[in-house]
Amino acid sequence: MISADIQTVLPEIVIALYAMGALLAAVYTSKDEVAPLLTWLTGGLFVVMAGWIGYNGEGVNVAFDGAYVDDGFGRFAKVVILLSAAVVLVMSQEYMSRRGLLRFEYPLLVALAVVGMMVMVSAGDLMSLYMGLELQSLSLYVVASLRRDSVKSTEAGLKYFVLGALSSGLLLYGASLTYGFAGTTLFSGIVEAVEGGASIGLLFGLVFLITGFAFKVSAAPFHMWTPDVYEGSPTPVTAFFATAPKVAAMGLFARVAFDAFGAVTGEWQQIVAFLSVLSMFVGAIAAIGQTNIKRLMAYSSIAHMGFALMGLAAGSAFGVQAMLIYMAIYVTMNIGTFAFILGMEKDGVPVTTISSLKMYSKREPLRALAMLVLLFSLAGVPPMVGFFGKFYVLRAAYDAGLAWLAVAGVIASVIGAFYYLRIVYFMYFGEETEALDGKMSPVLWVSLMASAAVMVVGVVNLFGIEPLAAAAAATLVN
Amino acid sequence: MESTILFAPLLGAIIGGFGWRVIGETAAQYLTTGLLFLAALLSWVMFLGFDGEGYTVSLMRWIASGELSTDWAIRIDRLTTIMLIVITTVSSLVHLYSIGYMAHDDHFGEHGHYKARFFAYLSFFTFAMLMLVTADNLVQMFFGWEGVGVASYLLIGFYYKKPSANAAAIKAFVVNRVGDFGFALGIFGLFMLTGSINFTEVFAAAPHLAETSITFLWKDWNAANLLAFLLFVGAMGKSAQLFLHTWLPDAMEGPTPVSALIHAATMVTAGVFLVCRMSPLYEYAPEAKQFIVFLGASTAFVAATIGLVQNDIKRVIAYSTMSQLGYMFVAAGVGVYSVAMFHLLTHAFFKAMLFLGAGSVIHGMHHEQDMRNYGGLRKKLPLTFWAMLIGTLAITGVGIPLTTIGFAGFLSKDAIIESAYAGGTPFAFWALVVAAAFTSFYSWRLMFLTFWGAPRGDHHTHDHAHESPAVMTVPLGVLAVGSILAGMVWYGPFFGDHDKVNSFFGIPAHAAAADAGHGEAATATDHAATTEAPAATDHAATDHAATTEAAPAEASHEAAPLGAIYMAADNHVIDDAHHAPKWVKASPFVAMLLGFLMAFQMYIRRPDWPAKLAANQRPLYLFLLNKWYFDEIYDFVFIRPAKALGRLLWKKGDGKVIDGTINWVAMGLVPYLTRLAGRAQSGYVFTYAFAMVIGLALLLTWVTITGGEN
Repeated sequence: MISADIQTVLPEIVIALYAMGALLAAVYTSKDEVAPLLTWLTGGLFVVMAGWIGYNGEGVNVAFDGAYVDDGFGRFAKVVILLSAAVVLVMSQEYMSRRGLLRFEYPLLVALAVVGMMVMVSAGDLMSLYMGLELQSLSLYVVASLRRDSVKSTEAGLKYFVLGALSSGLLLYGASLTYGFAGTTLFSGIVEAVEGGASIGLLFGLVFLITGFAFKVSAAPFHMWTPDVYEGSPTPVTAFFATAPKVAAMGLFARVAFDAFGAVTGEWQQIVAFLSVLSMFVGAIAAIGQTNIKRLMAYSSIAHMGFALMGLAAGSAFGVQAMLIYMAIYVTMNIGTFAFILGMEKDGVPVTTISSLKMYSKREPLRALAMLVLLFSLAGVPPMVGFFGKFYVLRAAYDAGLAWLAVAGVIASVIGAFYYLRIVYFMYFGEETEALDGKMSPVLWVSLMASAAVMVVGVVNLFGIEPLAAAAAATLVN
Repeated sequence: MESTILFAPLLGAIIGGFGWRVIGETAAQYLTTGLLFLAALLSWVMFLGFDGEGYTVSLMRWIASGELSTDWAIRIDRLTTIMLIVITTVSSLVHLYSIGYMAHDDHFGEHGHYKARFFAYLSFFTFAMLMLVTADNLVQMFFGWEGVGVASYLLIGFYYKKPSANAAAIKAFVVNRVGDFGFALGIFGLFMLTGSINFTEVFAAAPHLAETSITFLWKDWNAANLLAFLLFVGAMGKSAQLFLHTWLPDAMEGPTPVSALIHAATMVTAGVFLVCRMSPLYEYAPEAKQFIVFLGASTAFVAATIGLVQNDIKRVIAYSTMSQLGYMFVAAGVGVYSVAMFHLLTHAFFKAMLFLGAGSVIHGMHHEQDMRNYGGLRKKLPLTFWAMLIGTLAITGVGIPLTTIGFAGFLSKDAIIESAYAGGTPFAFWALVVAAAFTSFYSWRLMFLTFWGAPRGDHHTHDHAHESPAVMTVPLGVLAVGSILAGMVWYGPFFGDHDKVNSFFGIPAHAAAADAGHGEAATATDHAATTEAPAATDHAATDHAATTEAAPAEASHEAAPLGAIYMAADNHVIDDAHHAPKWVKASPFVAMLLGFLMAFQMYIRRPDWPAKLAANQRPLYLFLLNKWYFDEIYDFVFIRPAKALGRLLWKKGDGKVIDGTINWVAMGLVPYLTRLAGRAQSGYVFTYAFAMVIGLALLLTWVTITGGEN
């Protein structure tokens, strides 16, 4: 039995062992000098694992008596997590090396965080859920304050840690309540307990759990750490925050919502819809006042999470499919956008003010154009791929009878379009003030261009992601 | 031959309009003119060789949509051939005339290119007009109808740099839209009730329509009457009948040849043509006909009174046109469609000539149009003078009473007045007689003011007054011949001789008509009949007739009546008119004489009388001078409320409500919320934790209130 269980969780074990082994090896050898190599190695491992999971995974494999579930949904999320983490790692290597930030622990912490995320999306039990979540969170707290000598970075790490602890507490309390009322921590057991209606105690447990997830996906009103942490962390770390953990948290959210509470969809649908609409508006409205592009991206991610939650709120297989597609597109867009932000510098110093982009198109027409495509896509302007992401979730919400939510989403996206377009305006029409200079590393350049190209070319068939997401959603919702 | 007549002007318009840069402006002018003369020649060949039996030439399949299915076909019968010669003759002469008239134009400066455009518009108009008259179904007719509307718009506004010309063009277009709306409703109604828009089938269904009732505007109506009335509304717009006439005088803003072609001879008669074409329907719509008689007579009278006091030479003729159109409608309304067509034909000649003559005067007087600045031009413009004199004699109806010898207008107008008497409408009869006296008065007034007396106005202009070149006087001569002879030559076939009328229009004798209506369908659309080679022109008609008779009638349908026009079996107006009392027949002549003597007295013997009279009867004078205040009333009743509504929706609706809301949201609300969100983001962990707890509390409350089993 145990060998079969090990077999199922082998990818996670491989990455965890790699991280521990590499840590030991690096400590006893040349420490930070091997960091670039380790970064690339870790990225490579992620890609290999993604390929392994993507091509080898089949059917539904339950391990450890249901505490771990390896199914289509989990595999879809894992592939997205692994690939995005790999790209972000590789993107950050040059940037961090140049600034002396690249400690050898960084790629390994990311690897451990990724292991946590993989466990999260495959969790079949409140225990494994919490283990994965905490492994991820603890790793992220550390990388947030990676730049130890920077006040901002340490502040970001500390804030993240304190608030994260609060949310963990809430989540744990929710888990306890659920256990108390359901008598089990297994999702399959909880589902049986809520069959035919959940007791108020269980619902309290659910609400506390949701609060914890909402913190992780930075949905309003549990979002307030996001801008500060995004701004304070080193930009590569921000890029990482904005991508893989969001997918993992969203996956976990969906996993609990459907696997554990799938029988009482109506109970959590309203809550998720509330979080969704609040996130979309907070993200759209608060971003308008930002002058720092990293803060702006924080609010942008809040708004995007609102849209993804809209898919979840639909409470249907199509809704989950829409959410998965949305997340995949979101991650792709964000990788390109952060590649662009990583390339923003003046005299070797990173610049993150939006006004520095004025008349950027004159200096770097191609990069400006790529950024324009990405921003249009973020804003959801057809025919960019970002539009289709929004279109899917809107359709899912409408089909589920949440027309008001869809309408609110459209209004929020109109408001949100303002700040994306303002950047475009600055790049093409603004008056030049402090011109950016500096070259992009090839990795960044390729990431930016590839991401932008995907936004345009993807309209053909979304790279076939649609049937994959549908299959993944079907395994979760049944 | 039919296709050549129809498409030669279109070809000219396309080449002249789009290709003049390649072939040059002069070549474009000669090309369009030449093609028009070709069309005119063929039209005359067809008209003279036509034996009265109608036929159809199918050009292509045009519309097939659901039940609506129709060909693009040329319907040739007597009505069409009459219109063909009128249109192509006047049009070709106007083209020729325009070469001289448009040679120099101050509106476009030294190097402005406008001639090719002008000629292209003229040719395009001609094509659209031909489309209208050759139509074999209502939609095709409507296509031509709108086509002439567009051409008219373009030509009235030809001096597009002149604000008044643009305003006039828009006015013409808008007023015509009102009429067209009625026309379109009529077509819809006919299609709804008969399931077809082809004339043949619509005519066949006319007796049935007379017994059908239809609900329209919350009320039941007799279908035939209602549809006939709606179609007439279209005719009212195009033919400038009372209430929809206000555009015609303003249309004089266009170049004078345009006025002659469109606003005298052809387009404005389209309404008359429509009523005559739809005669099988109108014969079953007695109330609609009665309405036409009243409106036509009123128009004739009102327009004549306004014409008495106008000072712009073109406006006088414009009101005269309107008045004469009223005559035609009276004829059509009492059921003598042939007489309406007769007057249409003769009127085309003398009115086109009057306009072209006026254009010649204007041209010679350096674009001076006010008659008060003319005088004594007889010597300076001898040819123009003679032409205008002939035109005046024609329009006033000079001839020998109780015979058929006289100028064109004498025969056609007297025929109408006699018919009006026979039609049993005393009002129409007396209105027309009085209008005839007025016509005579203002026509002679125009002559006396322009050609007699002492030169008035600017000396310089008078010193340089000159006769127009030959290209302008030759058309005058040709039209003069028509104005003299057209009445006498065609009196018989149009009015005078019952049998001739029947054979001319291809109508079986009355006795036969009632039966024959059911037996055969001689005028039925003959799809087998294809275009004949142009060489076989003279025999083509007979051949067609032969094949048509052999073709089986559509058994299931009632057949359409034979002939180009249809007069019901109980329609004896022509015969009654022939037997009208002598005093009736003499009355127009007496009226004409009175008008002439009055004008002679006031403008030759005592030129001080008009001013005194105007001073004496000032309210009446102002009333007439201001055209019965139609424009002012419309301005008050329609235009100002419409503008006020538009302003309201624009400033309040669009500006305040829509723009205001969006501006408020975008520039007030959202920034406010942004500032609020910025303030909430204090940077303190406890604030953030507080927000989370508040959020949690909210969600818990929500769940407690709404959810849960127990």
